[in-house]
Amino acid sequence: MTIRTEPMTVNVGPQHPSTHGVFRVRITFDGEDIVEVEPVLGYLHRGTEKLAEERNYVQIVTLTDRLDYTSSMINNQAYCLAVEQLLGIEPPPRAKYLRTLTAELQRIASHLIAVGFFVQELGAFGTPLMYTFRSRERILDLFEMLCGARITVSYMRPGGVFADAPDDFWPALDQFLNDFEGELAELEDLLLNNEILMVRTRGVSPLPPDVAINCSVSGPVLRASGVNWDWRKMAPYDAYDQVDFDVPIGSSGDNYDRFWVRVQEVRQSLRIVRQCIEQIEPGPARLELPLVLRAAPGAEAYGRVEASKGELGFFLVSDGGISPYRCKIRSPSLINLTITEHLLIGWKLADMIVSLGSVDINMGEVDR
Amino acid sequence: MNACVLNPHSILGGNHLFRFIYEGVGQMLPCWMAYVVAGAAIMLILINAVLLGAAIVSWGERRLLGRFQNRVGPNRWGPFGALQPIADLTKLLTKEDIVPYGADRIAFTIVPVLMVASLLVGAAVIPFAKDVALVDLNVGVLFILAVSSLTTIAIFTAGWASNNRYALFGAGRAVAVLLSYEVPVVLSVLGVVLVAGSMSLGDIVVAQAVPFFLVQPLAFFVFVAGMSAELNRTPFDVAEAESEIIAGYHTEYSGIKFALIQAAEFGGALVVSGLIATLFLAGWAGPVADWLGWLWFLIKTFIGIFLFVWIRSTYPRLRLDQIMAVCWKFLMPLSIINLIAVTLEVFFLRDAHGVLTTADLWIMAGINIVIAAVSIAVFGQLIRQQVRNSSQTAPASRLVVSGVSTIEVSQGQG
Repeated sequence: MTIRTEPMTVNVGPQHPSTHGVFRVRITFDGEDIVEVEPVLGYLHRGTEKLAEERNYVQIVTLTDRLDYTSSMINNQAYCLAVEQLLGIEPPPRAKYLRTLTAELQRIASHLIAVGFFVQELGAFGTPLMYTFRSRERILDLFEMLCGARITVSYMRPGGVFADAPDDFWPALDQFLNDFEGELAELEDLLLNNEILMVRTRGVSPLPPDVAINCSVSGPVLRASGVNWDWRKMAPYDAYDQVDFDVPIGSSGDNYDRFWVRVQEVRQSLRIVRQCIEQIEPGPARLELPLVLRAAPGAEAYGRVEASKGELGFFLVSDGGISPYRCKIRSPSLINLTITEHLLIGWKLADMIVSLGSVDINMGEVDR
Repeated sequence: MNACVLNPHSILGGNHLFRFIYEGVGQMLPCWMAYVVAGAAIMLILINAVLLGAAIVSWGERRLLGRFQNRVGPNRWGPFGALQPIADLTKLLTKEDIVPYGADRIAFTIVPVLMVASLLVGAAVIPFAKDVALVDLNVGVLFILAVSSLTTIAIFTAGWASNNRYALFGAGRAVAVLLSYEVPVVLSVLGVVLVAGSMSLGDIVVAQAVPFFLVQPLAFFVFVAGMSAELNRTPFDVAEAESEIIAGYHTEYSGIKFALIQAAEFGGALVVSGLIATLFLAGWAGPVADWLGWLWFLIKTFIGIFLFVWIRSTYPRLRLDQIMAVCWKFLMPLSIINLIAVTLEVFFLRDAHGVLTTADLWIMAGINIVIAAVSIAVFGQLIRQQVRNSSQTAPASRLVVSGVSTIEVSQGQG
């Protein structure tokens, strides 16, 4: 006797505990195996690019906070680099170091979220997430000392940063770095060699380097596939040419490698922050610029950074007015989603959630 | 004076509380009516005890989880938040009771009742203190294994009746897990029965001059692992994996039905911990067992619950196929090894009357601890190779000190 079976289509999301916001993916299952995948985007579309055309160059900084709300500092940085390129200005050295430092702190915070939720999706009931959030809270407290905000910071401005760090920021930062060394070691100890975590993630959903390149993914996902590509090394911006750090590279591009690369990048970010503290020198933290910025008509600029999720770029075109004629955002989360089919098809329902978590998307950035 | 006297061979003859109520009420009522009244009375006591216990377990588990996770846990209502279950229940009672469109209404409604019922029936045979079980069945072990599997039928009914695809996933997974863990669990319990020489839970406690978790560490290990699969707890909680299939089979349940399902889950933790205490930790046995037996039983039950909460807050979840591999290729051989070892030991150590002395039990404990350590190490290594994916022979991840470099890709870039 043969049993008749038929595929079953399930809408995972937009309301689902583990799709990182309102991501929806329509999946056809054969039993527990995935045979067809169709991502459906746009539930969080807010028209950021169009809104940018209605605001002046400084006001747009607040819009960038809300793209990837787990790494607003890095979004600020990418946008400010684009504006500075458009205007042909360069921030003072202290501002460059402050930017590098805060961007790396933000990268730590963002990777902590990614790692915490990754393990949560593997089924660990909240405990690793709580431990990573404990460290992330301290970073947000540091941001609050800098600019009064924790998530939507708007700390960086074209021509520098909003304000120099207050005096009590530096001891608090030192304290955090010392504590976090231990917390990170504890995290690595608990997670990197956990047998269940290894069994669930190693060899699952591998992404070959050629597929990764053809899909133009970037960031930790690309590096986990074994491609040595980091904009902080390839085209150093701000103070990245002054600091020394390594780029962690994975070997097989499976879920474990993506996870491992993030954990290692946190370590490298710590190194960068320590070097910034050593090298930073007193001076102005911001250029004196007119209140309303204007660029030359027809000027174009593309500012890019290595954000926590990949290459984040802002393409600005000016028509001589007080706001950009066009602001195109190259968001890493959206482009990294192009590998969804490669990652999911042929694997099981339980792997699907983990693979999506390993790509680390953020819907604020995907839908813009 | 038509005093009723309970027949000592009655199925409830060993229950002192029942006898007390029956003979007291029998002064006033006909005997058959006294029988019914006494039965209702002890059932009332049992049901309330188990459900209250479930409420306390739910509070305790949340407090413990909070401590494990650097949080506080519920601490607002009552001392240390101990009245939190009452607040939760009040909230759930006032919620709308939704039956989803397209659901099979009767099957959907019967599931919470079935789950709580199988839990209560299972609790009936566990001796809470010396000679205090609702009924000390002479096939108690078999009975409790049978009714605990009823929960899975309830789960499958829930998944099928909900008209929800996540619920269906959860139901299918629950049945697959049941089929996998049930065999090793039964085989591990057989070892216990073999040494105790009885299937009655009361006799098993009496037989534990040396607690059976020392005499049969392998059986203890297999039983705890299997029971954590039965309770749908990490690392075997695929049936209600909240990060994958929302809440599994009880995705569509709300209001009082959800409250009953939760009660069945926490009550299940209580009953299973009680069973572990009875089978492996010598139940109510301890100093002054005649008077303080209930205290030892509660302490040992709490140890079981603490173990489950600890595991839940620590481990990630296994995939369904990996659970089946672990159950069939790891727990199953271990339970068979345990059964063979115990059989041989009992055969050679027992005296002419077929009785094992305490010294015999210590000898068995010594041998079995060595066997357990060796076989867990060997089979752990084997299952590790089985469960890991084939592509894990890939070279380990590496850290590259990179200057500016070009892309190195060996495969063709089509």
